Amino acid sequence: MPVYFLRRVLAAIPVMLVVAVFVFLLLRLTPGDPAAIIAGDMATPDQLDRIRTTLGLNDPLHVQFVHWIGQLMRGDFGTSLISNQPVIHLVGDRMWPTIWIALITITLSVAVAVPMGVMAAWRHGSWIDHLVMTFSVLGFSIPVFVIGYLLIMVFAIDLKLLPVQGYIAPTKDFAGFLQRAILPAVTLSSIYIALIARMTRASLLDVLGEDYVRTARAKGLTEGRVLFRHALRNAAVPVMTVIGTGFALLISGVVVTESVFNIPGLGRLTVDSIFARDYPVIQALILLTAGIYVFVNLLIDLSYSFLDPRIRY
Amino acid sequence: MPVLEIEDLRVAIDRKDGNEVLRGVSLTIEAGETVCLVGESGSGKSVSSLATMGLLPKGALKVTGGRILLDGENLLDLSAAQLRECRATRMSMIFQEPMTALNPVLKVGDQIREVLEAHTKMSNAEAHAKVLDILDQVGLPDIERMMRSYPHQLSGGQRQRIMIAMALILEPRLLIADEPTTALDVTTQKQILKLIKDLQKQHGTAVLFITHDMGVVAEIADRVYVMNRGEMVETGPLMQILSAPAEAYTRQLLSAVPSLVPRQARPVSRRNVALEITDLDKIYGGGGFLSKTRTTHAAKGVSLELKAGRTLGIVGESGSGKSTVARCVMRLIDPTSGGIRVGGQQISGLSRRGLHPYRKKLQMVFQDPYRSLNPRLTIEESVIEGPVNYGMPQAQARAKAAELLELVGLPAAAARRYPHMFSGGQRQRIAIARALAMEPDLLVADEAVSALDVSVQAQVLHLLAEIQDRTHIAILFITHDLRVAAQICDEVAVMRQGEVVEYGPTAGVLGAPKHDYTRALLAAAPGRDWDFPNFRPVAA
Repeated sequence: MPVYFLRRVLAAIPVMLVVAVFVFLLLRLTPGDPAAIIAGDMATPDQLDRIRTTLGLNDPLHVQFVHWIGQLMRGDFGTSLISNQPVIHLVGDRMWPTIWIALITITLSVAVAVPMGVMAAWRHGSWIDHLVMTFSVLGFSIPVFVIGYLLIMVFAIDLKLLPVQGYIAPTKDFAGFLQRAILPAVTLSSIYIALIARMTRASLLDVLGEDYVRTARAKGLTEGRVLFRHALRNAAVPVMTVIGTGFALLISGVVVTESVFNIPGLGRLTVDSIFARDYPVIQALILLTAGIYVFVNLLIDLSYSFLDPRIRY
Repeated sequence: MPVLEIEDLRVAIDRKDGNEVLRGVSLTIEAGETVCLVGESGSGKSVSSLATMGLLPKGALKVTGGRILLDGENLLDLSAAQLRECRATRMSMIFQEPMTALNPVLKVGDQIREVLEAHTKMSNAEAHAKVLDILDQVGLPDIERMMRSYPHQLSGGQRQRIMIAMALILEPRLLIADEPTTALDVTTQKQILKLIKDLQKQHGTAVLFITHDMGVVAEIADRVYVMNRGEMVETGPLMQILSAPAEAYTRQLLSAVPSLVPRQARPVSRRNVALEITDLDKIYGGGGFLSKTRTTHAAKGVSLELKAGRTLGIVGESGSGKSTVARCVMRLIDPTSGGIRVGGQQISGLSRRGLHPYRKKLQMVFQDPYRSLNPRLTIEESVIEGPVNYGMPQAQARAKAAELLELVGLPAAAARRYPHMFSGGQRQRIAIARALAMEPDLLVADEAVSALDVSVQAQVLHLLAEIQDRTHIAILFITHDLRVAAQICDEVAVMRQGEVVEYGPTAGVLGAPKHDYTRALLAAAPGRDWDFPNFRPVAA
């Protein structure tokens, strides 16, 4: 297992390198002068020169690349062109709200969706099954902003139980954080609950037809033991995949929800910096997103070999 | 009082006006007795056993009448919880596929111990000792390590021993064994049958043994029940059923069992060699990028020759390399070294593109007719796909398909139907028609009749012989079943661990074997002393 882990981490290096090359070229291969793109329409030749020198644009391409990678290694992602703050601080600040919301969302989704899926598969064809499937269709088809605004209307405006918008770090005030995080998390989880419940149900239905489930029943085990000890673990691998990719998606793509709930997270930072053509920030965000995907995939693969002893790498 | 008494059991499809699949079945088993329930697929033998265990698939089948008495207590009156309490304590069941009957993600020791946890209040230490004891009783080696193994780390025979340990650990009064040795090699089968017999003697268990294999019946049964289409046809002591069956169906069933006495090779009618294998080697595994796997030498210096119009059998147990040879011949896998000539043309070194013109000459019929036909294509589409791919006009291909379907004994209307509308035997006929559509010189049949009932098997074998007579096609017949090999092959090669240990005319190899391994295989063949079609012991 440690060997496998090491090998996987090593295999991530070329992946990240390819991403780095892409990010590097993003700016250099854009038609026209990158300095002019960065400086905008109103730049003076003097400003352009200064930008070229700071970015090292006068050097050959490979020298620029090595230099750039060296900077990244030292944690220097450059300076935001808009706010003049170091990019690493900017992204670091925005990362935590997104990660916290993602964690809560995925935990909530798994806690609700897996039992739903198990019940639906166990009582296949019954009203429970139909209810779960109906809910899952709704979860897929109602857009997040509709759910988000509906929840705000009911719980924040009408019932006044929760604040409308905003974000407080859990390390500062955990209760305050929960109060503000619960609505965005519920909003985001609707689609994940739908997805994970469906996946659990489908995967478990397959497994329930297997011979070893019949063997477990023939041993005189209770239905609970048959379902949770024998069937669920065998059904877990595809469910795990959905949960993992779901988590990665949550970190990189929750723009709408962050806007609706006014959360200062990565999604909004991405949109803002794209509109502002803040290239250093965009580069850092792409690298971060790629890194998160690689890391989450590694975790998913490791979970496979933990769930199923037949999977050994 | 009998241990199990089934009276007038009726089971129907769980639907309004659902058809009855069991129509008044009755059966009794005394303590210490082995009763064989025989019949072909769809006869209802498995349904009877599942109904006894209370394991009929929910929503699909339901008991509609009769009684099932276990030591006088009607199981059909019990609640779900009471019935659950009976399982593993008073009645147990083992199943056909040891490969899939154990949970792949749990250690086998834990799976056995689970029975104790569900039904007793033993301490951990007591349970541990009891599991070790039963593992020892079923004859497994190195039991401490065995306990900590996962199913995929064990062989088929070992897994079936684990299943038996699991079933017998609480010494139930009744053991139901549903085709427990069908998926095993003959030598392993022999050991498992002996194990069941020994444990039965020790514990006085009543055994209900379900099988379609008359050879196995002859080996172990005290009494026999014959079932057909949901009804009990005939019952009696073993000898009476084997030597003087009263019912026509029983006679027919026994007559379909291929004899182990090999037939004489047919006279060589044509000189041309259809297939020549020289010094074929295949090594699996080895170094891959970033990974090292163990290498397996699956075929070692295999040399065989097959003339047009003849049938060459390759027999052997699982892992002997017989399927590897077949796949190399088909070039489904690439041989590591050695030559394969088809109709004089060397094909072993050809590229995918270079192979294209010769693919047509080689066709294959696979083992499992339920999975080898694309369920989304009609029969006609499946049959014409090959010829059309080789440039035959659609209309001509369709006409040819109709001809072929008639040749294999299917109605013309079959062309527009889908595979799921056909039985296993019919599907195998379709697979044969599909192979013949390419007008091959060589047909490779990999366990092509192994999944079929004996009567259907006899028909398909007859069909192959008939086609061979007409078209002079050469057949390479891969099988683990010595009875089938004895009846269909002119020559036979016996393989073990990648090597051909004996090769020659069938009458010689199976009639007067020279190699020890061939002798061991023949000795393990169940029911070898009984000449089933003639209802008498084999003449010495």
